[in-house]
Amino acid sequence: MPTPDQARSLEEQIGQWRSYLGRRQAIQPVDVAELEDHLREQIATLADAGLSTDEAFLVAVKRMGDLDAVSREFAREHSERLWKQLVLSTSDAAEPRGASRTDAVVAICLAVAAAVAVKLPAFFGIPLGDANAGFYARNASFFVLPLLVGYFAWKRQLGPRTLRWLALPFGAAVILANAPPFVPGGKIEVLTALHLPIALWLAVGVAYAGVRWREVAGRMDFIRFSGELFIYYVLIALGGGVLTGFMAAIFKAIGIDIEPFFQSWLLPCGAAGAVLIASWLVEAKKSVIENMAPVLTRVFTPLFAALLLAFLATLVFTGRGVDIERNALIAFDGLLMVVLGLLLYSVSARDFRSPPGAFDVLQVVLVVSALLADAVALWAIAARISEFGFTPNRVAALGENVILLVNLAGSALLYIRFLRGRGSFARLERWQTDYLPVYAAWAAIVVIVFPFVFGYG
Amino acid sequence: MEINKDLIAASSTPIVLSILTEGDSYGYAILKRVRELSGGRMEWTDGMLYPVLHRLERNGHVKARWDVAEGGRRRKYYRITAGGRGQLAEEHRQWQAVDATLRGIWGAIAIPVAGSHLASGAPLPQGA
Repeated sequence: MPTPDQARSLEEQIGQWRSYLGRRQAIQPVDVAELEDHLREQIATLADAGLSTDEAFLVAVKRMGDLDAVSREFAREHSERLWKQLVLSTSDAAEPRGASRTDAVVAICLAVAAAVAVKLPAFFGIPLGDANAGFYARNASFFVLPLLVGYFAWKRQLGPRTLRWLALPFGAAVILANAPPFVPGGKIEVLTALHLPIALWLAVGVAYAGVRWREVAGRMDFIRFSGELFIYYVLIALGGGVLTGFMAAIFKAIGIDIEPFFQSWLLPCGAAGAVLIASWLVEAKKSVIENMAPVLTRVFTPLFAALLLAFLATLVFTGRGVDIERNALIAFDGLLMVVLGLLLYSVSARDFRSPPGAFDVLQVVLVVSALLADAVALWAIAARISEFGFTPNRVAALGENVILLVNLAGSALLYIRFLRGRGSFARLERWQTDYLPVYAAWAAIVVIVFPFVFGYG
Repeated sequence: MEINKDLIAASSTPIVLSILTEGDSYGYAILKRVRELSGGRMEWTDGMLYPVLHRLERNGHVKARWDVAEGGRRRKYYRITAGGRGQLAEEHRQWQAVDATLRGIWGAIAIPVAGSHLASGAPLPQGA
């Protein structure tokens, strides 16, 4: 009969063995339970035969076999386990499954609601089409984002006070998008349509993070969510394209043209509903599947760094001046955005405790070379800005460039300090997450202030 | 004595199915029965039995269920299915063909290897 001390140490040993086994991907908790039952019976039999519990444990573990070999056998039998699957109800317990099913139903209902919202104006005499393109462009956010905020308000159980605060920007945005006498197709209308969603995205972030919005981790989760949402949305859009292609082809075979249906129903309703569906998928899968954005970052950071270095080297060695044409600013804005994205998503995936490594150096090279390239471009633009004139587009692009430049310069500084061991990585995370409102603020300025300065043309 | 890995792997299905034909059982008891039946000559690595059981379960030859064993521990029991009995009959037929072939040739020649079990000509586990 084992003494209580022996029994406790045996339980500890079994616990260690269990957690060691559980770390293997091919062996799932249910298998661990089965093997543990085996181990315990073996130990009991050996102890009955006169072995001490320690000896019995050792012999039983030895008889179980080399765990690497055993888990290889498990992997061969259950190869599907090596691919993490997005199964939306994996748990054996009944309750989480019920919760995830409710989640799915809510998400699908909201997606349908978004699809209906897109069609709603048509019932009030504003059909989707070229004549109302401006209306739909300005209001695109309102078909989707309030529902998305509603989804997260439901998921995070936000209080009525937060909801009132969240309703405020949306109410203001509806007025700003519809009250002013926009010139159809004018620059201000286009700028409003582009910047309104960016400003409102911050409200989505507040709803997403809930009470954690004030924490760095909460905002960082929102950054991760945004990146994954974008990737999922693109994937769904590609799938939708394939679906539509087949639909067009097979209906054409029986002499029916789906183009009108596609343009006025499938595309707008699908595009709106997919945002909700993609958000739900990202929420559901976040712990199940490796995040994609950091993986893409790993692939493209070296490539973009190489591109920028090659550009700078060519610039220096050939002595070419930068021939800035009118849209160069937007191109460089795009470049900075990509670099910021690469930085952001590798920051979001990095363990702040790990020491600086080669990839961090590469990241700094990327950011610094992007800064240099942008500085060269800005220099050239500044020289000719009076010649080009201060159009609203150019001021907006210039503002964005400055915002991105400041962000990247700050990041480079903090990153270099981290590499030299003078600062922590958490400082860089805080810089990035604290910066989020700046983008929204600039977008809001473009929407609110620009019409006063430049008129509605 | 050591039985080579391929032979163990090939014989595991008929052995496990045969033991389950005697009645529902679970991993530890199946291994104990194998040891008894082979007189200790077939030593399976304990952990390796479970992937075999899971494969049989996936192929529909056995059905698993969780039950509470004496002592209150949860235990996974296996039961042979109709498909499993069919599979066992098929394996039985094949093993007998192999066995008959080996007996035929080993009756005609002298095998220079020592070892009573080999000379007895019946190293192969029999099906049900």
